[in-house]
Order: sequence, then structure tokens, then C-alpha cells
Amino acid sequence: MTRPLERPPRKNPVLPTRLPVLPPWQRSRVALGLTAGAAEGRFELQVCAACGATQYPPREACVRCLGTELPWRGQSGGGELIAETRLAHSHDVFFRERLPWRLGMVRLDAGPTVVAHLHGDVTAAPARVRVGARLDKAGMAVLVCFPEKDVSNMADDRQLREMTCDPKYRKALVTDGRTAVGQALARALVEAGADIVWVGQAEPWKRAAGLDTLAALPQVTLLPLDLTDARSVQELAAEIGGKVDILVNNAEHHRAHGIASRPGTDVAQAEMEVNYFGLLRLAQAFGPAMRARGADGQSSAVAWVNVLSVFALSNFPAHGTFSASKAAAHSLSQCLRAEMRAAGIRVINVFPGPIDDEWNQTLPPPKLAPVALARAVVAALRDGVEDVYSGDVAQEWRERWHESPKVLERELALGSGA
Amino acid sequence: MSTRIGRAAYDDIAVAVPVTVPYQRHSIRGSHWWLARSLAALLERSGLRKEDVDGVAVSSFLLFPDTAVGLMQHFGLSPRWLDHIPMGGASGVVALRRAARAVQSGDASIVACLAGDTNHVDSFRHTVASFSQFARDAVYPYGSGGPNASFAFLTDNYMRSYGARREDFGKLCLAQRRNAQSFPHALLRKPLTLTEYLEARPIAEPLRLFDCVMPCAGAEGFLVLASERARQLGLPHARILGTIERHNAYPEDPIQVRGGWAVDREELYAQAGVGPENVDFLQAYDDYPVITLMQIEDLGFCAKGEGAEFVRRHEFGTDGDFPLNTSGGQLSVGQAGAAGGFLGLVEALRQLTGQVLGAAVPDARIGLVSGFGMINYDRGLCSGATLLARAAA
Repeated sequence: MTRPLERPPRKNPVLPTRLPVLPPWQRSRVALGLTAGAAEGRFELQVCAACGATQYPPREACVRCLGTELPWRGQSGGGELIAETRLAHSHDVFFRERLPWRLGMVRLDAGPTVVAHLHGDVTAAPARVRVGARLDKAGMAVLVCFPEKDVSNMADDRQLREMTCDPKYRKALVTDGRTAVGQALARALVEAGADIVWVGQAEPWKRAAGLDTLAALPQVTLLPLDLTDARSVQELAAEIGGKVDILVNNAEHHRAHGIASRPGTDVAQAEMEVNYFGLLRLAQAFGPAMRARGADGQSSAVAWVNVLSVFALSNFPAHGTFSASKAAAHSLSQCLRAEMRAAGIRVINVFPGPIDDEWNQTLPPPKLAPVALARAVVAALRDGVEDVYSGDVAQEWRERWHESPKVLERELALGSGA
Repeated sequence: MSTRIGRAAYDDIAVAVPVTVPYQRHSIRGSHWWLARSLAALLERSGLRKEDVDGVAVSSFLLFPDTAVGLMQHFGLSPRWLDHIPMGGASGVVALRRAARAVQSGDASIVACLAGDTNHVDSFRHTVASFSQFARDAVYPYGSGGPNASFAFLTDNYMRSYGARREDFGKLCLAQRRNAQSFPHALLRKPLTLTEYLEARPIAEPLRLFDCVMPCAGAEGFLVLASERARQLGLPHARILGTIERHNAYPEDPIQVRGGWAVDREELYAQAGVGPENVDFLQAYDDYPVITLMQIEDLGFCAKGEGAEFVRRHEFGTDGDFPLNTSGGQLSVGQAGAAGGFLGLVEALRQLTGQVLGAAVPDARIGLVSGFGMINYDRGLCSGATLLARAAA
């Protein structure tokens, strides 16, 4: 059984901070299919459309029939550990700093033999195991071999924690505590074991409902933060930027307008100021310090979460300008992801369907409860997932968008939308 | 499996001039330098001129961006037959096979077979990181242990499946170290005790330090030519009794416990007209001792899984009842990249032509050389073997 993680001692500011390095990230293009699935929490392998053979490592042609139509299909991951080793030497700096490192060879029930990182709770070979795909620090999918049945404290495994962003004993910032979503996020992070949760509030004099109860939690501290004000963002970064391990940007401005329903650009600008430029200001102020702490011990900086919207994928005309601002934020988050990758910090994009709040009042159910969204964010941090489609509506949109962006666009134009 | 219809014998082909360019742990020279030293030694020892060499076979990991082609301009050679053999530990046997057929068919008359690699301080890491597409996609990101990790898996599984113990592997390593003590080119000649072997620092469990080859720089070479020509030149030489090669054998095995030798050994012995009992010594590919045990089994010296028992019953020095890796093997001489695939063949030639540099196997008439190479993903893909015989002078 994994020894539960202990609260790390206070950092000695005199000692140098270990610089982040990444595990090997080079992959062939065809191998990135594994990453595409793992980014959304799935373990998929190539399965030949012609003969049904499941194969690994990824190939350009089927190992059995040479077919070239090789869709990625979900796997149960069941298999048998047939060999193992514990590395005491590595050619790579990342692993050298983390030795010893346990590896196994697993014969999957689906056929292929895979090399995988071995979770500490897997017993000696031969043993029944379960293989899953995770994103490593380089953002690349790797296979991890777990014990067949869950045991206590599994998430605290030293090797696994290098691939996840578990909030336990970490310090988090939630950028807007005034909304039900923000408060649910802060509570969920506290429940997940976060050491400190800083919660931003713009216009603190307004005393938004629920904030007092939230602030009564010993882990929670309210701080002024207005994403439309560069100085406010910079001041907060100067105060806590060097300590934030997980940043959750949930601040948003949302009005239900298309183009014709609202003359002028003031609403659209206000949405862009928070949803797009707010993200840009945050990234410029908090990004550098987080990047410097990508390998800062047991509780290093690990993740940046953007609460976007499923409307970022395709414009929902009834909320047209909001959709556009979220699409802009989505695009910027891809840039942020590329820049944070070098430090091993994961950028997680959450695409919720309509949230059950006043701005989606007229939309029909199902609508996403703020606590459900918060749960999904914590689950993504724990599982190391990078794209999250939260709620039934979002799942369905994702499927429709994945199948045909054009068909979805036309459906939305015709009003059969969310 | 009997000899295939029409598969010709290697009559009248000579293998001659065993050359080893003394190894170094690290070198600031390029692989081209090492291959050039090998070719120059072949010419010097044979009395041939560069122009007489009309066929060349090259094996090297670190020639990039060159191949054998660029090497010809580098060396000022104009051969009418050229082969590049990227088969690592099997490249010696495969070069021999290709060269013998080229001479037999008249496509070339004198083929220089060259293998060599340099070893800069950081070059092994680069080789491992980009060894193959599968290695880059599905092995190197897992701890970056290189071949140590791959052979740790094979060793772990072999020990559990067949009851082999570390002491069995240790016995082979100690015997080879004793063989190396008289071989002037071996980089590791310090006597090794079983305790030192067993208690060495772990590298990739169950492997410890003395289970793993040491990368180094070096080169090897030999000539293939018609027997008649060899006699005219006064070159002591060996004959080829039989050879086999196989790639990606037994892909259905979930983990490697056998190599291609097991597919083809009957053909090897049938072509040679001898059996395992006629073999005077074995030069096995030995980057890790587990693979030596697999070769002993797959080449028919004992049944599958009985390798450890075989080790317990035999002695492996040049004066033992089963002389093995008589120059010390790669585990004591060092692994000079692709030259590791030539080391056993070159040593066998020395043993069969009265040119030993270290200890001689008394009255050696038939030697078996085995090659194994290219851990592309989870197992070595290339295997080959040849039976060589002392030729009448």
C-alpha cells in the first residue's frame, strides 16, 4: 500500500529551486494518437478496421493484414504483468533525478505486450494488472500499470504523482469567488486536500453572497483581483505568484446576445476584457513564476485550469458574442499550453455546457450544477486529463463537433442548439 | 527443417585476416577514423592494395549523415559491390553471408568487411534515444534505461520461467573475464570474483554492473575472398561450413525467450554436415549474459530452459570443456557499437587460423559464431550464426 503523502516542510528560501526538465517528448506522428485519447482521459490503441487486430506500438500499417485504416479504440487495459525492473540508472536527466524508477512489461488481454510505468502497489510478476494512459510531464501519453483493484492512497504514488496534478498539499488560486462556480471550485479544492486556496474577488465592497461562509474555511483567503485591471493582476502576482501551484481561471463575463440583438460593441468588449484579455493578463503575470517552479519538490507548480465553454467549439448564436470571446480564450489557451509545456505545467481546458446560473436562465435543462463542474475540475487534476467536457450537454456537443463541425454549425444556426 | 533446395554451399570461399583496432573507452575521433584504421590494417596484413578491394560491407551506428556510400568517397575507394548492414550484433554473420555470395557469384573478388564505431562521452545516449521509431515512441520515454532496461525484462522473465540464478550468469561473466586476461585488446581485464559480481551496484534489477556491456570505441574487420586467391596471397583462412540468419522470429511470443536460431539451427547443422557435438568453441553474442544462455539453448547445446543447468555442468575457459567467448566477449573487451557484432567472428578466425592474441583453444577445428542484434522495441530482431572450419593451408 502506498504510504500516504506527508505535508511538505516549509521551503527554505535560501536553497536553489530545482529547475524543471522534461521526460523524453519525441514521438512519431502516428504515436500521438495515444496522446489524443489520454488528453481526454481515455486509453485507446489502434484497432485494424479490416481484420480487428489490436496493436502496439503504434504503426502506419496493421501488423497482421497490412491494412492502413487504423482507428483508435478504447481499451479495458486488463492484462498480466510478465516482467519488471527497477532502474537504478538512466540516460535521461528527468529520470536520473527521480531514480529508482519501476517499469513493467504487460501482456494485454487484447494481445500486444506493452512497456509501462509501474505503480508502486503492483505486486511482483506475474500479476493481474490494469493498464491506463496518462499524460506525463512533457504532455505526452505514457502507459501506466496499476494494480487490478484500487488500494488506499494510490494517488500518492511517487511515480504517478509526476503525471498528475493532485491538489493534495498544494496551493491554489481561484480567480473569481463571487459566483457559485467559483465558490464550488474553492470548496472542492479544499476537500481535495489543498493547503491554501486563494480566492479572488473583483469589487470587494459589493460583498457577494456566500463569500463570508467560504472565507470562514481555514484554508481559504480572499484577495482582491480584477482581471480587467492589469495593475490588480500584477499586484496579486507579486504577492502570491511565487507560491501558486494550481491556478483556476473561472472569471468570466457572460451576456446573452447575438449581433442584431444588441447594437454597439460595449457588451462584446466587456466579455473580451474578462474572458480573453483577462486570461492574457493572468498568463503574463503568473506564467513566469509558475514556469520557474515546475519541479519545485513534492508540491511543485503543476496546473493551469481555464474554465471555458462548450460554445468555444462552435458559435451558439443566441450567446454569439460570449461564444466568440470563449473561442478567443480557447485559442489563447493553446498558446499558453505550448509555453507552459517546457516547464511541465499542464494547461487544462474545461468546456462546460450551460451552467445553471442567471445568464443561462432561459436555456432548457439539463444545465450543469456548479458543484458538478467543480468535481470535474478536481477529477481532471487528479487524473492528469487536459481537455474536459463537463456535463451531458458538453459531452453531446463534443461528439457532434467531433463528427462534423459543419453539421453542428448548421444545427446551431437553425436553433437546435444547447 | 532440411537444407532448402538450391541453397548452395560456400565451397571455395575463404575468410581471412582477422583485424581488431585496439579499443578505447572514449574517443574524440569519428567512426570514419575507426573504420579507416580497420581497412588500413586489412591491407597491411594482407599485402593487398586499396585498388584490389572491389567489394565493401560496412556496419556502423554513428556514421550519420553518411552511409557506406559516403565512406567510399571518404576513403577513395571505387568498389563494384557495396553493402551497408545496419544489423548491430548480427552484422558480422550477415556481412559474411552477403560477401561470400558476392565472391561466389563473381560480383566481387575481394570484399573488405568493416565494422566500427566511435564513442564520445555523450554519444551512447543519443544512439539509445533515437534507436528506432518503436524505441522512441514506446520505450525511451519509460525511464530511458536503454538496453539495460530491455534486457532486465528478458532476464527477469527468464529467471522466473526457467529457474536460472544470478550465480549462473555470474559463472559465465567470470569465465569470460578470465579469458580476457590474456587478450591484449580487452578493456576490462581485472579479475572478477563471484562476490564482486553478485554485489555490484544495481543498474536495472535484476541486472547489476557486471551484467552490462561497457560502450566503447573500436573497430573490427576481415576479408572474404576465393580460397585459391587466399592461398596465392599466403593468407591463413577459414572455410564457411554453413550460415543462417532470421529476422523478427516468433513475433507471437509475448516476451522473448528464444531467438531466430531456434527456427533455423537444423538447417545450419545440415548444411555444415556437423552437429553441436563437433563444435570446438562458441563465440556467442554477449551484451548481457541472459542472451548467451538463450543461444546455448537455441543452437542445440541443450533444451530450452536448461541453459542454467548447462552452465552449472560446464567450464567456459579456453581450457574448459566448452570454450566460450575466448577473447573475453563484449562483457570484458567492451562494446564498440556495431563492431560488437564482428567481435566473435574475428576472434573465431584467429582461433581457426593460428593467429590468437590471447589463449588458444587447443586443436580447435570447428567454431560456431552467433550474432544477435537490434532491440527495436521489446526484443532483439536479428539473429544469425555461422559454422567456420580450419582450412588446409
